Amino acid sequence: MTGAMGQESKLTNAQIAWRVAQDIPHEAYVNLGIGFPEMVAKYQPAGREAIFHTENGILNFGDSPAPGEEDWDLINAGKKAVTLKPGAAFFHHADSFAMVRGGHLDIAVLGAFQVAQNGDLANWKVGSKGVPAVGGAMDLVHGAKQVFVITEHVTKTGEPKLVDACTFPLTGVGCVTRVYTSLAVVDIVDKRFVLREKLPSISLEELQAMTGAPLHVEGNVADLVVPAV
Amino acid sequence: MIGSLYMDKTVESAAAAVASINDGATVMIGGFGGSGAPIELIHALIDRRPKNLTVVNNNAGNGRIGIAAMIDAGMVRKMICSFPRSSDPRAFTDRYLAGEIELELVPQGTLAERIRAGGAGIPAFYTPTGVGTELANGKPTGEFDGRTYVQERWLKADFALIKAHVADRHGNLIYNKAGRNFSPLMCTAAATTIVQASQIVAPGEINPEHVVTPGIFVDKVVEISNPQQEEELIRAGVAYI
Repeated sequence: MTGAMGQESKLTNAQIAWRVAQDIPHEAYVNLGIGFPEMVAKYQPAGREAIFHTENGILNFGDSPAPGEEDWDLINAGKKAVTLKPGAAFFHHADSFAMVRGGHLDIAVLGAFQVAQNGDLANWKVGSKGVPAVGGAMDLVHGAKQVFVITEHVTKTGEPKLVDACTFPLTGVGCVTRVYTSLAVVDIVDKRFVLREKLPSISLEELQAMTGAPLHVEGNVADLVVPAV
Repeated sequence: MIGSLYMDKTVESAAAAVASINDGATVMIGGFGGSGAPIELIHALIDRRPKNLTVVNNNAGNGRIGIAAMIDAGMVRKMICSFPRSSDPRAFTDRYLAGEIELELVPQGTLAERIRAGGAGIPAFYTPTGVGTELANGKPTGEFDGRTYVQERWLKADFALIKAHVADRHGNLIYNKAGRNFSPLMCTAAATTIVQASQIVAPGEINPEHVVTPGIFVDKVVEISNPQQEEELIRAGVAYI
């Protein structure tokens, strides 16, 4: 393998979602942000089943129903029709966000425009144009015991998304605990990026060149190995 | 005992239910996207055409029906919401970009808690949500146990428009699935709470253990059996006005 950025030299979104799913324990209470993070639910290892929370007021929802079977009072935060699993519960929005801010969720998984080495997250707005919309992102980053971010390692134009300080408007300050990118798994420890895993096809130097702040190495850096999914 | 049996908050039509909503009112509208959206009450309000309304909802309308149709009809001066986007957000987006409608953007959990506080007589509270972001600009902060929180204020309304599944004549309510969302909170925070229910039953027919919104928070109930569903109207390309 070389470090060249060929087609297989980074993980697909589905592969990033698969990698995150390996870190979600059985029976954990988890909120998956709308869009890309929702894919994580598909890749739970056999025998493991998390309880998924959606901000609009359901615990323990499942897959989408078959087309034509939708109940439009039974949707997730992304407004997609879902189904219920045994043991599901409905609740109003204040209870839903008590679960979020009150420290009752084990894990929240969100997307990002930028993550800073101090754990700041920017994921809701890139500038002053258009219609701003925030939803529950600012709530979700506070309260969950772990806040995971899933993201491409760099933007479409090659700019680092892991940065020394966010330049886009913040969603939350010092809130991210771990970042899963298309190239690496990085923890945020004491306001520093600590590299835990990287693709074996890329060198540490190459990875650092695509990262906007120092990647610290503490002990072993494991190979990030993900099956084709 | 006899008196409570005869208590009756039902009204005969959606039009009668919304007849007291006038220009300049603040109106909370239940629903998250289409789930729990009281389409018939909203459309009855559009038929009345009050102007300069402030509308509180998680979103800012979708397609050309419901809240989007209120905006199309020029009834809404200001939206207070968390996520003014949808599969077809043109009604709000066009007016917002033209400077014709004001937006107060509130994080979703803060929006819920502000409404809860409004209904509970709590004028302000502190939350970690938004600390250090532009949505906390200008708001007081406080430190509690070594962590910084931002102060947010209660939110109250003149009216709430709510969709329930089953109501009794006292206004006790049960909702349908995730259609519940903001509605129990909004019922508490409005001076006048107006409910459309798919079914109205006699007092005693709802098990008290199953009541989600107690009738003390409800003023008017109208039966709308087989209510329209926002998502289905949008897929059918329906425009109300």
